Amino acid sequence: MNFLLLLNLFWSFFKVGLFSFGGGYAMISLLESEIIALHGWLTPSEFIDIIAIAETTPGPIAINSATYVGFRIAGIVGSTVATIGVISPSLIILLTLGTFLMNIIKDPRMESIIRGLRPAVIVLILLAAVSLGKTGLVDWVTFAIAASLFIISTLFKANPFYLIAAGAVLGLIFYPY
Amino acid sequence: MGEGDYLDNSITENENRSPDNIGASLLEILFTFLKIGTFTFGGGYAILPIIQREIVYRLEWVDEGAFMDILIITQSLPGPLALNCSIIVGRRLRGTLGGLTAALGIVLPSFLIILLLAAFLLPVVWNNEFVQAIFYGLRPAVVALVAAAACDLGRKFVKDRLSLSILVLLLAVSLVFHLQPVLILALGALLGLFFFRKSKQ
Repeated sequence: MNFLLLLNLFWSFFKVGLFSFGGGYAMISLLESEIIALHGWLTPSEFIDIIAIAETTPGPIAINSATYVGFRIAGIVGSTVATIGVISPSLIILLTLGTFLMNIIKDPRMESIIRGLRPAVIVLILLAAVSLGKTGLVDWVTFAIAASLFIISTLFKANPFYLIAAGAVLGLIFYPY
Repeated sequence: MGEGDYLDNSITENENRSPDNIGASLLEILFTFLKIGTFTFGGGYAILPIIQREIVYRLEWVDEGAFMDILIITQSLPGPLALNCSIIVGRRLRGTLGGLTAALGIVLPSFLIILLLAAFLLPVVWNNEFVQAIFYGLRPAVVALVAAAACDLGRKFVKDRLSLSILVLLLAVSLVFHLQPVLILALGALLGLFFFRKSKQ
């Protein structure tokens, strides 16, 4: 087993865990820059597929993708290393930084930082949508599927699971066999 | 009082029940979070209400006010929301070991399911035409979900002119210079620190 590869895997997912604010979707940009741009561990179309799989299987997106990418790179050992990497920052911060952590969160400067991070997180999600769009929207059918599901999602706040299921059904119907 | 208690007491002045007399064993913590981890689909914002239902209303391990505090901490810190929330709840109940147990419970189902998929199912079905058809439709669905998430968060959090300006500025700068995501976050934090403080004075 290539030790350096495992170390890279751990460090990449550690960074994803450490810098991901605001939930799963903001993490997509971080994952992309580590997995595709920096290391070339997955192709863009494999990447969008694993996001789809992560959406339809239980658990946080970051953990699902860490397990999947780790497996693709270095089997079961790789998936264990990547998964431990992505959860380590949370464990370290929440289990060791007791009072210090509370002082940071209660500091009025923290609120200003969080308010600045929110637009940044939205930018990351927008950028993720654009780059996933380049891979996923390959013809007018896929464009129409994305547009209609987007409208349904924003208007009716539909559960992501059902939207993904709708995508699968539409794919089966309209795929150019 | 264990070493983890300052975290609890400092955030929940209205919490009069000591974590020690709730009586949740490590095994109960493990099974509760295994269940939550197994039956929740999608990301953090979908999981948090389910954690609340289990922990606050069904098991009464944490009261409502304390759970609100936990959500605030969860969302101010990096890392998957569901994971952060689970670690804090586990730690309140049984200290560091409780936190580790809750983390194991929430992570293990995803880990095993993805492992099974990646090792056995996907390699077998991948070249099947129908599987390809499903992914042909899943990809635009993912694009729609991600774009919708951006709009949703925008409506929730970008309500003042300053937030909107930061958003537009960061978007323009990152489109022109292809900034690393970490750099975009750092810029956002700096702009927030500088301008939101000033706007309060």
